[in-house]
Amino acid sequence: MRIPYAWMATYCDPGLKPEVLAEKLAMTGTEVERVVTTGPPSADNFVIGKVLATEPHPDADRLRVCTVDTGDESPRNIVCGAPNVAAGQTVVVALPGAVMPGGMKIKKAKLRGVPSEGMICSETELELGEGSDGIMVLEDGIAQPGTPAGQVLPVSQIVLELEVTPNRTDCFSLYGVAREAHAITGAALAASPWEGKEIASGDAVESLVSVEVEDPELCPRFTALAFEDVKVGPSPLWLKARLIAAGQRPINNVVDITNYVMWLTGQPMHAFDLDLVPDGALTVRSAREGEKVTTLDGIEREPGPDTVLVCDRNGPAAIAGIMGGAVSEVSEATTSVLMEAATWNGPNILRSSRDLNLRSEASSRFEKQLHPALTVRAQIVAAELMAELCGATVVEGMVDVAAPMPDPAPIRLRAGRVERILGLAIEPDAQVEALELLGFTVEREGDDLLVTVPPDRFYDVTREIDVVEEVGRVNDLDRRLPATLPSGSGRVGGLSRQQSLQRRAEDSLREAGFDEIVGWSFTDPGETDRLRITVPDPRANAVKLSNPLSEDQSVMRSTLLGSLLGAAQRNLARGAESVALFESGRVYLPAGEFGPGPLGGNFPGEQRPPVNEPHHFCALATGSIDPASWAHDAVTADFFQMKGVLERLAAGLGTTVQVIAGEQPFLHPGRSGEVLIDGRGAGWIGQLHPTVAAEWDLGEAVAFEIGLADLLEASPLGEEKYVDFTAFPPVDRDLAVVLPDSVEASGVLEAARTAGGKLLKSVTVFDVYRGDQVGEDEKSLALRFRFRADDRTLSDDEVAPQWQKIIAALEGLGGKLRG
Amino acid sequence: MKERIEQIEAEGTTAIADAGTAAELEELRVGYLGRKAELTTILRGIADLEPAERGPVGGAANKVRKALEALLEERTEALAAAELEASLATDRIDVTLPGSPVRAAGHLHPITRTRRLIEDVMIGLGYQVMEGPEVEHDFYNFTALNHPADHPARMLQDTFYVEPGGGAPDGVGAQDVLLRTHTSPMQVRAMESAPPPLFMIVPGKTYRRDSDATHSPMFHQVEGLAVAEGITLADLKGTLLAMLREIFGPDREIRMRPHFFPFTEPSVEFDVSCFKCGGSGKLPGGDRCNLCKGIGWIELGGAGMVDPNVFGFVREAGYDPDLVTGFAFGFGIERIAMLRHGVGDLRLFFDNDVRLLEQFS
Repeated sequence: MRIPYAWMATYCDPGLKPEVLAEKLAMTGTEVERVVTTGPPSADNFVIGKVLATEPHPDADRLRVCTVDTGDESPRNIVCGAPNVAAGQTVVVALPGAVMPGGMKIKKAKLRGVPSEGMICSETELELGEGSDGIMVLEDGIAQPGTPAGQVLPVSQIVLELEVTPNRTDCFSLYGVAREAHAITGAALAASPWEGKEIASGDAVESLVSVEVEDPELCPRFTALAFEDVKVGPSPLWLKARLIAAGQRPINNVVDITNYVMWLTGQPMHAFDLDLVPDGALTVRSAREGEKVTTLDGIEREPGPDTVLVCDRNGPAAIAGIMGGAVSEVSEATTSVLMEAATWNGPNILRSSRDLNLRSEASSRFEKQLHPALTVRAQIVAAELMAELCGATVVEGMVDVAAPMPDPAPIRLRAGRVERILGLAIEPDAQVEALELLGFTVEREGDDLLVTVPPDRFYDVTREIDVVEEVGRVNDLDRRLPATLPSGSGRVGGLSRQQSLQRRAEDSLREAGFDEIVGWSFTDPGETDRLRITVPDPRANAVKLSNPLSEDQSVMRSTLLGSLLGAAQRNLARGAESVALFESGRVYLPAGEFGPGPLGGNFPGEQRPPVNEPHHFCALATGSIDPASWAHDAVTADFFQMKGVLERLAAGLGTTVQVIAGEQPFLHPGRSGEVLIDGRGAGWIGQLHPTVAAEWDLGEAVAFEIGLADLLEASPLGEEKYVDFTAFPPVDRDLAVVLPDSVEASGVLEAARTAGGKLLKSVTVFDVYRGDQVGEDEKSLALRFRFRADDRTLSDDEVAPQWQKIIAALEGLGGKLRG
Repeated sequence: MKERIEQIEAEGTTAIADAGTAAELEELRVGYLGRKAELTTILRGIADLEPAERGPVGGAANKVRKALEALLEERTEALAAAELEASLATDRIDVTLPGSPVRAAGHLHPITRTRRLIEDVMIGLGYQVMEGPEVEHDFYNFTALNHPADHPARMLQDTFYVEPGGGAPDGVGAQDVLLRTHTSPMQVRAMESAPPPLFMIVPGKTYRRDSDATHSPMFHQVEGLAVAEGITLADLKGTLLAMLREIFGPDREIRMRPHFFPFTEPSVEFDVSCFKCGGSGKLPGGDRCNLCKGIGWIELGGAGMVDPNVFGFVREAGYDPDLVTGFAFGFGIERIAMLRHGVGDLRLFFDNDVRLLEQFS
């Protein structure tokens, strides 16, 4: 909302620098985005001049050399290119030293050899008007030559650009902002331009205009005035200057009056050419199927069935509250005008304007819901201006179709309530004063206040708490409010168990050399294709956005792998030689079973979340995971490096993971596994399929992805129970067994464990050999066994039977013991 | 005989002390204590002596034998220690070579670091940390936060909606499921799940349909909510001030500007005094502070007292607006990270360039 400072000052002049007022407005709830100037940055060096004579330029057809009286001892020479310049005109001259809008500085110059000491200005150049041909010609005798132009015209207008919050419909009006300035500075507020005035009463209007409202819910009030003998033409300079400073384009005096009144009162208006409304009969109704209306901007629009139209006998004449129609637009030929000021249903206007993708100054006010009383204010001001600026005759009476409004019940502000909410005591007298400055009517009842809200704030201030806010915000709240901490109640802050374990898990990957990334939650729908994930894999069924910013960000990711691949690709393209990255974040899947706790997608609250968003952990490495040094060779990221990282992650949480052979569409089929936690599938690990890796310009890359909640659920951390350790020595034995390649290590260990019985405490693989000493398609596994009893020292004799069983079990898998 | 034994002791003691190698000592051991040694011969011949001499001679010989044995042992150890030292002295490494590298640790993302910092500060002030869904029902994101349908306040936030059938549950309408535009929906979920007093924060991802150098369609917020008997706007100010001082330094001040949010009343925006210019708006040289643009304050977030209409949605869970009051606040994690670490462009956080990540260890 642009507020020309000088215009506002005609109602309330706080006598402050605009920047100081801006600060005060900001500290009371109305942010001032900028303080700007319309027109030249300063009015200095702009003076009134009188053109004494003009003659052609000797060397340029289009230029004229003018002799201009600017109040100096002798007239000055000014070269001017405007076609309309002529002797006898009163004009505005920018003298050398003047700075034009945009920063150009006027200097003495020679134009095609002829000296020129200034510039005769046009309306456009001064930002006082638009589109006029040539220089601005002022009324004769408006001021003596040499008079500073700023004394006669708003040459340099300071404008506050307010960021008005949607609740403050009153501050979408200049008078409302003036009232706000009054309340926060205490400066006097002049009477409003409608105060004490009335529409001339009578019923003449009824013979010219009739209005029918089908649904008062959608149109709580429709008022109309009629004007005759209207002379359409340009608005006077002062009005155009105010409109331009307000950011509105001057059109003609009638349309300018509607915009001017809207700016001043907050109530949008619309002017119809009454002669183009058959019989002056208007009907307010909802749009019909297929109905079209051409709006003032010349665009044919097809409103939806919820949109309200103002129709004449022949069909739509305006889209209610949003934009007028071309059919009865005011033009230079117009001689009679139907002036509408109506109240519309805010939510309906918001929806219609969104559906039509058409927002206007009018709709942006109506959508916030205006009070019906504003219509009459606007009509009063408009009627005065129509008579004054268009020579119009106001037809007596006003058509007023209004649904009854409930009488506003006063709001009770209980004693002590302000202090209870704010934590700051404000004296009752100060409370009353603040409310009255803001335009509320206050009565005391005991220690309570009964507060009546003016129409301007009707929908904003409806409850006691709203009154508390009003009292607080204009009472120097920021400076006076103490800073205290909530008292009482022995509350305990902390992380949940899941949250603290999550931190430990993240730290574990960080310590293993991985950099954490934060990837986009949305991705392109082709990502799963590139990962070769297809239906019925649930990851192929991504959550889709209906209004994405771009196709690239139109679905929610169902795996973290894509984010990591993208980050790896970008980093390698920018010169990184290798990367080890991880992400700790959510994936989004159609609703299904939740895992445990928030990390499993199971959040507090009565309604189940719409989709499943479990927290995953994903790590990806390519290239050397540990660069070469003088002491050791580089370690390349391979399957077992990655598995080691995963095992270390689990170990850091006091648990273990198991990996069994298992395929994923995006992994190397021979180098991929399913990750089991407590025997249940919780993720995958493997080397990327070369085709998939190539999609992201990667060579060999390894990765894993697991559900974090599953992993943390298996962690006994913090809940470990001490187990008495025995002092009795173990018996350790090793063996090497040659097995077919197809037999997996996990199967060998499982068979050995089963055969070893209770005395076998552990068995591990400590070497794997393939080569000359074993057959092709064979491998030799070296196993280490530890036997121990909790209550005695084991003898070799006791171990012997178990040992035989283990050997038998290994042979059962096709194994041959090596010497 | 006794003189001879004393002579042997004196000779032996000197010889052992003079011995310089293990081989010499072995020679001396054989010479003085071996089978053919004089002392051994004397001890072997005791039986042939007069009975009266047997005692004194035997005693003296045995004493000398033990003394020499002890000296030999002592000397052997001394020599071994000297030899070890000598060999260690020649076994030199170049201690100036770089250490054998342990695999270098990676880095946590600056957003994670900043989130943890904020969490830890708020935990210290007695808050629990909660998480909520990012894909959310309109009810929690808007309706229960006092944004009625077709209310212009909804236009303040450009919302991403989930396509019906596009992963949203069956039967939902075009604007029923959305990506949360703020972390505030967890206010209502948290109040539904636990009665007051409630002190909690919600860090997490949020989404708005907006993208430029200062707006990212995905960003992170922290929500705070405190509800109990007697909570005031002054408590909000004190809490934010305590938090901001932990994050930006003990000299910081807070400024609260009245504002409008549908789900708080009164509402404020809060600023922290600029830590670069100390709030003066001017740098030591007199130039305008480029961090706060000469204002002295840095805008951080929104806050206010929980609107009674919001409590109206959780009244049955124990939130009666006549009995309890509460405050809520929200701000961006990226904003804090940008300010603390001087990152100029929001989008850098989601580019995940390791050259940025590696600056945060």
